[in-house]
Amino acid sequence: MEKTMSNLTAPTPLTASPRERFQSLMRNVGMLPVLLLLTLGFGLLAEGFLTGQNLSIIAQQASINIVLAAGMTFVILTAGIDLSVGSILAVAAVVSVMASMLPGGGFLGIAAGLATGLAFGLLNGGLVAFGRLPPFIVTLGALTAVRGIARLLGDDKTVFNPDLPFAFIGNDNLLGVPWLVWIAVAVIAGSWFILRRTVLGLHIYSVGSNPEAARLSGIKVWKVLLFVYAMSGLLAGLGAVMASARLMAANGLQLGQSYELDAIAAVILGGTSFVGGVGSILGTLIGALIIAVLSNGLVLLGVSDIWQYIIKGLVIIGAVALDRYRQSGART
Amino acid sequence: MPIDQTRPVLEMRGISKTFPGVKALRDVSLTLYPGEVHSLMGENGAGKSTLMKILSGAYQADAGAEIRIDGQPVLIDGPLSARALGVAVIYQELALCPSLTVAENIYLGRELRQGGRVDRRAMEAACADVLARLGAGFGPKTVVSDLSIAERQLVEIARAVHANARILVMDEPTTPLSSRETERLFELIRQLRADGLAIVYVSHRMAEIYELSDRVSVLRDGTYVGTLDRAHLSADSLVQMMVGRDLSGFYKKDHGAYEPGKVVMAVRDMKDNRRVRGCSFDLHAGEVLGIAGLVGAGRTELARLIFGADERTGGELMVDGLPVRLRTPLDAIRAGVVYLTEDRKGRGLFLDMSVRDNINVCACSDDARGAGVLNLAKARERANGAIRDLKIRVPNSRVNVGALSGGNQQKVLLSRLLEIKPRVLILDEPTRGVDIGAKSEIYRIINDLARQGVGVIVISSELPEIVGTADRVLVMREGELVGELGGYSGKAITQEAIIELATGAGGDSLPRAA
Repeated sequence: MEKTMSNLTAPTPLTASPRERFQSLMRNVGMLPVLLLLTLGFGLLAEGFLTGQNLSIIAQQASINIVLAAGMTFVILTAGIDLSVGSILAVAAVVSVMASMLPGGGFLGIAAGLATGLAFGLLNGGLVAFGRLPPFIVTLGALTAVRGIARLLGDDKTVFNPDLPFAFIGNDNLLGVPWLVWIAVAVIAGSWFILRRTVLGLHIYSVGSNPEAARLSGIKVWKVLLFVYAMSGLLAGLGAVMASARLMAANGLQLGQSYELDAIAAVILGGTSFVGGVGSILGTLIGALIIAVLSNGLVLLGVSDIWQYIIKGLVIIGAVALDRYRQSGART
Repeated sequence: MPIDQTRPVLEMRGISKTFPGVKALRDVSLTLYPGEVHSLMGENGAGKSTLMKILSGAYQADAGAEIRIDGQPVLIDGPLSARALGVAVIYQELALCPSLTVAENIYLGRELRQGGRVDRRAMEAACADVLARLGAGFGPKTVVSDLSIAERQLVEIARAVHANARILVMDEPTTPLSSRETERLFELIRQLRADGLAIVYVSHRMAEIYELSDRVSVLRDGTYVGTLDRAHLSADSLVQMMVGRDLSGFYKKDHGAYEPGKVVMAVRDMKDNRRVRGCSFDLHAGEVLGIAGLVGAGRTELARLIFGADERTGGELMVDGLPVRLRTPLDAIRAGVVYLTEDRKGRGLFLDMSVRDNINVCACSDDARGAGVLNLAKARERANGAIRDLKIRVPNSRVNVGALSGGNQQKVLLSRLLEIKPRVLILDEPTRGVDIGAKSEIYRIINDLARQGVGVIVISSELPEIVGTADRVLVMREGELVGELGGYSGKAITQEAIIELATGAGGDSLPRAA
């Protein structure tokens, strides 16, 4: 046996030149070094950045984007996209605040917000899975239409509940850590479990990697697609609960504007590939933290709002360039 | 200009190529003369592709290599310099822009200009010349997406000829072609040879090597084994050179005869009214049933209908006597019928996923704990077991399947199906693009399964493979089963008999299924 083994041709090696070796390193460690460098850089430049209080603020600011980006990770792993999460967040927040004002509403608001998100997610998923429409088109339509519904439901005004029963979620701590951060951590842990430890997770990667092979392997592709868009919608609903708990109010026009872009940016920064089948939820977490650190640090440095936009945009382009670079090394 | 066949057009000497951890080529030499077809043989992973990639500039050889063209030392540091030196490569995956015309493709990157405009008329005229010379049945204005695979290949050849290539590398060019198209290609290759081109022909198919080659060079495990002249070619010596071991009993049926009464799968009047027109047959437990036919006869389409992969307009499937409600591949899998696709990379594997995940993707549902939680220990065990049993050559089960050689990829795909514990296994071109070592391994698996009572269907375009493995052969022509050989039919399975039925040359055929 030993003798024959030495006689074998080894599997085609992927890594060869230093450039290719660097690419494989990039794939494995992802963007963690970038996050650490940014944190270190801002720590040196901006006073008050590396304090416990500010780091807690960053985590809190990142939490909603982390939740949305987790849902987006599921979708992008199947080579899809969900452009509607910001709008779904808005409509779910409006519904959530309105439901909390119903007599005996109480925590009904939370359930209503989650259910609204789930319903719109299922709608997206249904159109993609059964209508065979391109995800970009479906969710681009939803981005606009659902925003309209949010304004319609709130009568185009801010709905406001000063006695919001679940306001503690947005403002209180549990064991010294904000509730929002606990929720984000739980979502990441749950998503990780689904993606890495369940049959469904393996099927999600399979569908993203090669949909036809998945079908021929007996995987119910429609079920996987329905699930990922439902998950993205549900997590947008959870984001809505978090956002309205923080504000004790919801505005159908303003809330969640361009949140989808931050979520997509976090996923792509985290190394999940647009072509599907490759990526991880921990990468998404790092991506979302990079965006939050960037925003917070730029504010502390006194960079103007305008320049923050420009820098954020460049980061997204840089991320896609990185994605391409990784792709070129991913396959022979 | 007369062809000087004594002076080599290309000399490659001392070619080595090291990848981290692996020496892909070790001091390999290759000499090409003008006007010869020089075949390059070797198992997958022997270094043929690496050598050709060095010639075409895709890879750089390690220091100490020497490449001479017309006796002059040259440096090939990229695809452009290779092209400038007259080297053209036609890969298996053709590199054409499907939405452009033939002329635009031939001139791609070298468009003729008149002022700032592309001079379409001059381009088309020049292309028409080349196409006529090559005997193409289409004009320069045809859009490439309207052409068949064989015609697209011709466009690639026209591009090489038009660029005055002197060395033409063809990598398994006949894989997607029917036998008639293959004949056409061979005529063309002979014509190019007569024009003085040096052609490097890479193939696994022994028959083609015999038919075409002036000389054959063999690589094994990254080293140069030797070169044989046409006069000294023999299958035994070539196989010996390639594998370095004796392969007697290469195709060996050793699973005993099946019992005619034990039908494991019955197919009745299966059709899609396009490529498959009402096929009926029985498959027995422990039987290896070959389905032969020309490319395009509907073999793959029939298999996909049986597997529920395509929509059918009629037909019934029974497994162990029970009708199967067949709507999706999942229904077939649940009934114990699995299908190995002919398109390993496109429709079979998840290339950027690990060997372990690729093997477990179907079977993992069965050993999942409550709520669909993966049983990781089981998955690891399953993958390692498959790697051991099928002799898949990988460092561990976590590597990406896309990094493996064709033969090992095929074994991964096969073990995914075997882990379902099928009653019926349909293998579509199971040894296509697979090296000889993996081939014999796959034949061994087929024998093992038959011995265990699994019904195996082998669809293959390689006649020796059908003749060598099948107990019984059904021949398909134009969407219908037109004949049966072997088994209890009383007719011997021979290549000649299969060809007669497949081409309709003989008068012997089965009555049509009612």
